[in-house]
Amino acid sequence: MLPAIEVHDLKKRFRKRRSLRTANASAEWALAGVSFTVAPGETYGLLGPNGSGKSTLIRILSTLLIADGGEVRLLGHRLPDEQARVRRLIGRVSVDAAFYKKLSARENLLYTALLYGLAPGTAEQRAMAVLERLGMEERTFSAPLEEMSRGMQQKISIARALMLDPPVLLLDEPTTGLDPKSRRDVQTFLEDLRQRQGTTILLTTHDMAEAERLCARMGFLAHGRLVAEGTADGLRRRALADTLDDAFIKLAGEMVSSGDKQKG
Amino acid sequence: MERTLRQTWAFMFRGYHLTRRYISWVIVFNFYALTGSAAVALIGVAANDHQLTLTLVSGALLWNFLSVLYNEIAMSVAYERWEGTLEYTFMAPVSRLVHLAGLSLFALCNSVVNTAIVLLGLMAFTDLTVSGANVAGVVVVIGASTLAFVGLGVMAAALPVLSPERGAEGTHIFQGSLLLVSGVYYPVEVLPAWIRPISMLSPATYTLSACRKLIGVGDPATTPQRLAGAPLSAVRSELLVLVAMGVVLVPLGLWIFGRVERWAKHTGRLKRTG
Repeated sequence: MLPAIEVHDLKKRFRKRRSLRTANASAEWALAGVSFTVAPGETYGLLGPNGSGKSTLIRILSTLLIADGGEVRLLGHRLPDEQARVRRLIGRVSVDAAFYKKLSARENLLYTALLYGLAPGTAEQRAMAVLERLGMEERTFSAPLEEMSRGMQQKISIARALMLDPPVLLLDEPTTGLDPKSRRDVQTFLEDLRQRQGTTILLTTHDMAEAERLCARMGFLAHGRLVAEGTADGLRRRALADTLDDAFIKLAGEMVSSGDKQKG
Repeated sequence: MERTLRQTWAFMFRGYHLTRRYISWVIVFNFYALTGSAAVALIGVAANDHQLTLTLVSGALLWNFLSVLYNEIAMSVAYERWEGTLEYTFMAPVSRLVHLAGLSLFALCNSVVNTAIVLLGLMAFTDLTVSGANVAGVVVVIGASTLAFVGLGVMAAALPVLSPERGAEGTHIFQGSLLLVSGVYYPVEVLPAWIRPISMLSPATYTLSACRKLIGVGDPATTPQRLAGAPLSAVRSELLVLVAMGVVLVPLGLWIFGRVERWAKHTGRLKRTG
């Protein structure tokens, strides 16, 4: 079966601003040859510390960044050549719920629906169904986003991605900063979504418990490299660790140290 | 087709609701535009010079229309950066042409309403009459210049993509330069010789020149009671230049925007914080 997401030897570097005193601009690798695949209907987790390259990878898959090397395909469509097609197939939820804060949830969602060429009525029904399943009341639909808590905004953000009914969902730390109840609501919903609709999900997170609960497989990302990949049990066995946290520190930590040595 | 119409409407929908939510600021900006225009027009009234008043009023109205149109398009990317929604707009499956057409349509509606408010206000401060003016001709000229200004706006909109820190400032510098060289309140002939050739590159120069002829500014037959507006044929050359500028500037603006967008995707400049 064709993978839903194929990433092969993906490379991305960002140049640091040229100093007036130095002749050469320095470049830092955000992704230094990452490869993995995600099967249709699978939830795959990318775990890594801040600056490990998780968001850069999500941005490349979202058509917001162009890679410097390697190959990326979503449902067989190559990026960036087929970015117009890919945009119709993905939904993204980022760590910062990006909305017009003065507009109501309804206005924000209808704007997105129109932008994607959906009939407003259909989109509104879908969004309401998602919000109901996330435990939100209907009256919040017409309140300005700026009056909502971060947890509520993030739920609206998830509703925005899901009302588009995308076959591939890119979730960049969707539960960071949420209270425990909201986090559990979102996690339960994502489990339910995968079971009911077979949506392919790529999830980045710091939360090991969340990764273990939601992801069939996961990869540890450190310094732009995928240092380990497998099931939660497989990664624990490989690291001879009792917990996924310990496995991460052992596997990713080793890589971070050796990377530092190489730099030095 | 239905999809494209919905996508175009998305930008009108967003613009309308944002205007509604920021209505107090919209009122402030309109009030400021009205008082600024009235202050300029009253210079002509104070001089008891009807031709000067007409020159100033036509300059204030046309500059108001063109600058609102330009500003709305040019600042669209900067607004999205401030709201934090830029990445979501850029990853939506909407072509840049439809995106910018939707923005331009809302900008056009906004500038028509804004200019109508200023016009009504100016009528309270001066003895304005449109009797004898070639109003239909003015509409044709403004229509032609709209395309050119949309092209300039799209080009300027690329600046905040290029530089998250300085792009928005750049759009205003460009707008200020147009105001200076286009003969909004004075004939371009009074500009220093070294700057005069630049006025020929501004579409506003031709818009103002043509509209003033169509209103009857500078025609000795014009009186405070009745304007001696010229026929459309009298501004054929300005009209041709404006159409040519529109034909060149709109595709050029889209091309530049596309190149800058691609560059921003290579360097990571689309990111919210820059």
